[in-house]
Amino acid sequence: MRFMMLVKHAENSGAPPKELMDAIAKLSEEAVKAGTMVASGGLAPTAASTRVRVSRGQITTTDGPFTEAKEIVGGFAIFDLKSKEEAVEGALRFMELHKKHWPGWEGETEIRQMYGPEDFGPKA
Amino acid sequence: MTATDTHRAIDAIWRIESAKIIAGLARIVRDVGLAEELAQDALVAALEQWPESGVPDNPGAWLMATAKHRAIDFFRRKKLLERKHEELGRELDAQQKMAVVDFGSAIDDDIGDDLLRLVFTACHPVLSTEARVALTLRLLGGLTTEEIARAFLVPEPTVAQRIVRAKRTLSEARVPFDVPRGDELAARLSSVLEVIYLIFNEGYSATAGDDWMRPALCEDALRLGRILAELVPKEPEVHGLVALMEIQASRSGARIGPSGEPILLLDQDRARWDQLLIHRGLATLQRAEELRGALGPYALQAAIAACHARARTPEETDWPRIAALYDALAHGARSPVVELNRAVAVAMAFGPAAGLELVDALTSEPSLKSYHLLPSVRGDFLFKLGRFAEAQAEFERAAALTRNAREHELLLGRARACAHGSAPLEQR
Repeated sequence: MRFMMLVKHAENSGAPPKELMDAIAKLSEEAVKAGTMVASGGLAPTAASTRVRVSRGQITTTDGPFTEAKEIVGGFAIFDLKSKEEAVEGALRFMELHKKHWPGWEGETEIRQMYGPEDFGPKA
Repeated sequence: MTATDTHRAIDAIWRIESAKIIAGLARIVRDVGLAEELAQDALVAALEQWPESGVPDNPGAWLMATAKHRAIDFFRRKKLLERKHEELGRELDAQQKMAVVDFGSAIDDDIGDDLLRLVFTACHPVLSTEARVALTLRLLGGLTTEEIARAFLVPEPTVAQRIVRAKRTLSEARVPFDVPRGDELAARLSSVLEVIYLIFNEGYSATAGDDWMRPALCEDALRLGRILAELVPKEPEVHGLVALMEIQASRSGARIGPSGEPILLLDQDRARWDQLLIHRGLATLQRAEELRGALGPYALQAAIAACHARARTPEETDWPRIAALYDALAHGARSPVVELNRAVAVAMAFGPAAGLELVDALTSEPSLKSYHLLPSVRGDFLFKLGRFAEAQAEFERAAALTRNAREHELLLGRARACAHGSAPLEQR
């Protein structure tokens, strides 16, 4: 089963402490070694982003930054895992690192299961 | 968190941690079977305690510490027993004494080496292939006996017994918990790769109606392969196998039609290929190619799969390159099936006459005598050359040989088309 982890936080959180970055690097390395992480990436500030929206039959394009958003997606990772519980366990460990190395920081990891071939294929 | 939630969390944690715990313990106790039992004891303790106490902050360390205590208890009991034996004039087993002394520091050392030892032990040639598969899934994949049984369509007691017997065999044969070196490494590594690919193919051959545990074997095999690739990053064949599995797995969503019928590679909707897996597969293949030495059979097969993955349409397929890769594959490991595939690639690259020449050389091959793809491929070449009567006979022969009902129908359709000297409408 494939899962996408979306990490969300306030945009003006500031630069993460080095200890956190090191700990995340270590956790990612472990996940790669465990054969579970298939992709990951950090996202640039919303100042560099653009929203293309369709609403009431109109398409509008809006450039960032999107200061009105309380929390934005700051990064993502894609995992191949056996179960949702394994995904939750992974997210717990990831947030545990934030708690430990960045006191006062607030944010969340959203776990989204991705559709796989089994969801499109013929019904069993 | 309810007790059920906790149990599910424990399942997940076990999946993540069990191989590392078993591997770490096995190095100390020098017995994979015992290591697994000690790890299981720790799991039982977690199942008893965590619903009350909550999941500890570092559950992996908790499990390891608990298993370690069980190991110490085990050795204490054993030592006591041995002391009694000593009174009877026997000597303490030096190695086990060492093991107890070594205990504190040993567990914290690099876990990677231990995992690698565990891989080689679980796939040791002293074990039957079935035993290797079961033990690998159990010790490294963290699967339960029941899950393995479901995935391989065998009764649970059969798998349980297979595992018990395998552990006993390892212990009786005194298989060292070690990574093979020198010349032995290549042979032992190929045994490991064979086990992983077998697990993958078991999952890949599962059809739509099968229990989801079966297709999940592909994921297990991929995970094992990726772990192995990180453990021995300089072995090109490991990357080759991982690349092959990634690219094959990328087609999972496209290879079975709405009513469960298999869809041939060239007829698949390429938009349904998983681009993330293709991307990973191509990158992994590149890692294999960047290492020194000629490509081995897995890397060559991956390179062939990559040719298909890179082609946006079937027409863009680089058939001359595929034919050349099959040449290299046949050079290293000549087999009639490889030869038949080579003939198909050659026909696609250089025309049906060239393919027919290769296939004709195979018609006397005893191992292909009842292989329906041989007359089917030969029929296809003859058809393309306009030799319809001969083609019809070949398609009819192929239809009689296949055990797959849908394929049977398809082949008879092609045979009928030969009578008209044209392709049936649904055929390309």
